[in-house]
Amino acid sequence: MATAAARDTAGSQTYDVRHGAGDTAGHERAFDAAVAADERIEPRDWMPDAYRATLVRQIAQHAHSEIIGMQPEANWITRAPSLRRKAILMAKVQDEAGHGLYLYSAAETLGVGRDELLDKLHSGRQKYSSIFNYPTLTWADVGAIGWLVDGAAITNQVPLCRCSYGPYARAMVRICKEESFHQRQGYELLLALSRGTPEQHAMAQDAVDRWWWPSLMMFGPPDDESQHSAQSMAWKIKRHSNDELRQRFVDICVPQAASLGLTLPDPDLRWNEERGHHDFGAIDWTEFWDVLKGNGPCNEQRLTRRRQAHEEGAWVREAAAAHAAKHTNGETGATRA
Amino acid sequence: MTTTPAKDTAHTTAALALGDDALVLSHRLGEWAGHAPVLEEEVALANIALDLLGQARVLLSMAGDEDELAYLREERAFRNLQLVEQPNGDFAHTIVRQLYFSAHQYLLYTELASGDGPFAPLAGKAVKETSYHLDHAEQWTLRLGDGTDESHRRAQRAVDALWRYTGEMFQPVEGLDVDRAALETAWLERVTETLGRATLTVPDGSRTGAWAAGAGRQGLHTEPFGRMLAEMQHLHRSHPGATW
Repeated sequence: MATAAARDTAGSQTYDVRHGAGDTAGHERAFDAAVAADERIEPRDWMPDAYRATLVRQIAQHAHSEIIGMQPEANWITRAPSLRRKAILMAKVQDEAGHGLYLYSAAETLGVGRDELLDKLHSGRQKYSSIFNYPTLTWADVGAIGWLVDGAAITNQVPLCRCSYGPYARAMVRICKEESFHQRQGYELLLALSRGTPEQHAMAQDAVDRWWWPSLMMFGPPDDESQHSAQSMAWKIKRHSNDELRQRFVDICVPQAASLGLTLPDPDLRWNEERGHHDFGAIDWTEFWDVLKGNGPCNEQRLTRRRQAHEEGAWVREAAAAHAAKHTNGETGATRA
Repeated sequence: MTTTPAKDTAHTTAALALGDDALVLSHRLGEWAGHAPVLEEEVALANIALDLLGQARVLLSMAGDEDELAYLREERAFRNLQLVEQPNGDFAHTIVRQLYFSAHQYLLYTELASGDGPFAPLAGKAVKETSYHLDHAEQWTLRLGDGTDESHRRAQRAVDALWRYTGEMFQPVEGLDVDRAALETAWLERVTETLGRATLTVPDGSRTGAWAAGAGRQGLHTEPFGRMLAEMQHLHRSHPGATW
């Protein structure tokens, strides 16, 4: 937010970022003006505490989703049916770890540490996307995740490239490029199955049947039940409501499903000429809240495995720290101790 | 069903041996996805696995159809080293396995890249990848060996446990025209130097293990390998003739 207005009001660029020392009302006016003018808020700018807290929560949960989201797909790395598919899947899971790293870095610009955020994930105090609590039961699920889950993520995330907080917006630009690539690969995987043997076609249809509704739930609760939406939109963290994005996603998917030769499991799905959109059936919000509360098919398994990787890796992290302390100049030859 | 290489050239045996090494180790590293001790290692291990899988695909394609060779051969037809099929164990075990193998692969590909044989083009690209793999393994060997008491103990255990599988790397392979003795000397020098800097002891035990050295190259493998193949091949074998 390197604007003249902000500088004038703040008086200095080195003011206390957490507690706008003294002139809070002035800081708020400058912040509101910057947001209104579509300028980026940067780490050293003054920002309301609630804005900071909302971003920490959202970016951290986004990072956690990338990390937990590695599990359902990694589940198929060792069983991928061709070497080409195996290479694509490995590269994708690697990208997800990389996305987690970008996002934790973005969160750290707000004054929280990665260790603290991981601790909150492991203790269940911060959440991750509910979609990753569903199991990958067949190879086709890898394709359905690419097409539908990554597709929903992109629909959600493209507007975040214009989010008011600079570090988050820039992370999203990089992430969205890679996600679109994954989404096309997922689509292509399903297309190969759909056009393959009858068994492969059935496998693809079954996967789409199981992943469709959970994907629609990725946009979050309906607008009238979304507690953070109004404030996030006013701050330009969010640009569109949950229901708007969900509608956009359905409209994109319907023709894609047709060209895949697969059906979407919703008898109420049809084009509405008047609205210029597809109408679709009611989402089972009971299931959504249940999964969110920890009672989905894989919640326990996902978190246990994440905690286990972290705990079993503790001695490795301690070794790296001990080694670094012994060799502070980065040279690894002689021990100074 | 046993698939034999389609192209029977003088170099098929060597392509299969090197291709199977890369394929099998790539698979083992793929098992780490989601389990690594830090996020940076999720990225690094997957990166190495991908490089190796890329090498495997080129090498297996020199010998026939990559998927037929990977998915339709049985255990006795695989020509990889026993070293690369060893289960991951803890992080130290994975790192030491990588150190031993990458040091060998780096030296071998450096030599192949400088010649004009059929493996020179592949080796030219792979030597860059393997120098990164070796650096990664050496850096971690130093951190673990010269880290905490626990990491030192685990690293030494891995160094000792895997030592018996290292002699096999220097057995002659048909179609691979390299000076094995010189390779072995250079390997021992590099690994000894790294272990020394990591405050680890170079084992004085045999480097050939229970099977005669070269057993993996004859299709004689260790027990965990069959289980690994069962998992790797199951889906492909369940849909004969399908394309993916």
